[in-house]
Amino acid sequence: MKNDRFELNKNLAQMLKGGVIMDVTTPEQAKIAEEAGACAVMALERIPADIRAAGGVSRMSDPKMIKGIQEAVSIPVMAKCRIGHIAEAQILEAIEIDYIDESEVLSPADDKYHIDKTQFAVPFVCGAKDLGEALRRINEGAAMIRTKGEPGTGDVVQAVRHMRMMQAEIRRLTSMSEDELFDAAKELRVPYDLVAYVHENGKLPVVNFAAGGVATPADAALMMQLGAEGVFVGSGIFKSGNPAKRAAAIVKAVTNYTDAKMLAELSEDLGEAMVGINEDEIELLMAERGK
Amino acid sequence: MNIGVLALQGAFIEHEQMLGALGADSFEIRQRRDLDREFDGLIIPGGESTVMGKLLRELDLFDPVLERIKDGMPVFGTCAGLILLAKEIHEDDTVHLGTMDTVARRNAYGRQLGSFHTDAEFKGLGIVPMTFIRAPYIVSAGDDVEILATVDGKIVAARQDNQLVTAFHPELDSDLSIHWYFLDMVEKHSTKSA
Repeated sequence: MKNDRFELNKNLAQMLKGGVIMDVTTPEQAKIAEEAGACAVMALERIPADIRAAGGVSRMSDPKMIKGIQEAVSIPVMAKCRIGHIAEAQILEAIEIDYIDESEVLSPADDKYHIDKTQFAVPFVCGAKDLGEALRRINEGAAMIRTKGEPGTGDVVQAVRHMRMMQAEIRRLTSMSEDELFDAAKELRVPYDLVAYVHENGKLPVVNFAAGGVATPADAALMMQLGAEGVFVGSGIFKSGNPAKRAAAIVKAVTNYTDAKMLAELSEDLGEAMVGINEDEIELLMAERGK
Repeated sequence: MNIGVLALQGAFIEHEQMLGALGADSFEIRQRRDLDREFDGLIIPGGESTVMGKLLRELDLFDPVLERIKDGMPVFGTCAGLILLAKEIHEDDTVHLGTMDTVARRNAYGRQLGSFHTDAEFKGLGIVPMTFIRAPYIVSAGDDVEILATVDGKIVAARQDNQLVTAFHPELDSDLSIHWYFLDMVEKHSTKSA
């Protein structure tokens, strides 16, 4: 019986495509997210905007709180561990989480090494802001990639920058001649076979979502048009005036991301969006954590 | 032959690629107006059944899709598709399209750690690869349902008239035989109704 965990874990990400993964902090929020059409939820104690506001060290959530969310919903449940924190990841695996996000939203536990994700049976998703970061994480065993964006800001500019950067670098590799790929691998600091895969297929070897700063149906549609295969929404939903309505609108915007007429209807009467902070007003750039 | 692939959420592109490899045309159904196109069969892909069930209703696709299935249009549901077509979901009051006389159990193998790959017999096709991702299985089926495959005693593939379902994902493996089986169903139906 062939049981290649990496393949099965990549496959789960394929099932999430075209969907919205929402940050939730309580079982009630998880239910709202599921009813609104989330394809998975990310269980965490504080959403990124509050992590930003609170400052200090932010860590993996209480397993009891995560279990409460696992019991509340039937869709996959993800949770975050700190970059390089092997023990937090082992704990999340022990409670049978569906996906671990080794996340720059939390304070990094290791400023040099990421987790060797090949040692785990559960899948990992990791953030990346360019192709080199994405392929390095995949080489370490990540079964799914998301752009870093800038979490907790409600400002989509960095998610756009990271997605554009990744797509531009993918196009560049695709157009290279084969003998140029060796040098590209050196430049990107990644193994040759991953570079060769991107060159041949014009895409990452795993699913690639957008994350970090998505706050409106239009933001979600923008990221899909730029090549995201799905969207994570963090603070954007439960920091807004009407979370259930906004969440449902973002789900529909991801399915019909090219239909401007429908997007216009979906954008109506959503109540107040999260206030957000601009990129140049932030003191802490989470995207700079873990390269 | 033209196959509509429900593209609300999930792994619909993988199905389109399988169909393409078999020389069949396909298009994506994302909203009501997509159903104005002529097509001969429908695929409901893997993904989250809660998401697809909700979007089917809210994007006004539910009734017209249900009508087509009741009219006998061949339909192929994988994983979430199996759940959407079941007339009952185990320990759950939700019913989606409910056109197939089966009771489906969601997440029947547990969370992602329970996902697995195997090779097993599929009636008429021999041994085929089967990838189960947070998969359901069929707890029980009515007399009109033909059981096509079982794994560890659980029903993982079945057919009732023009409805074909698998708990696993043939679209994730390179074996084309189950998609070929479905296209054969579509072709026989088209010839009959022509």
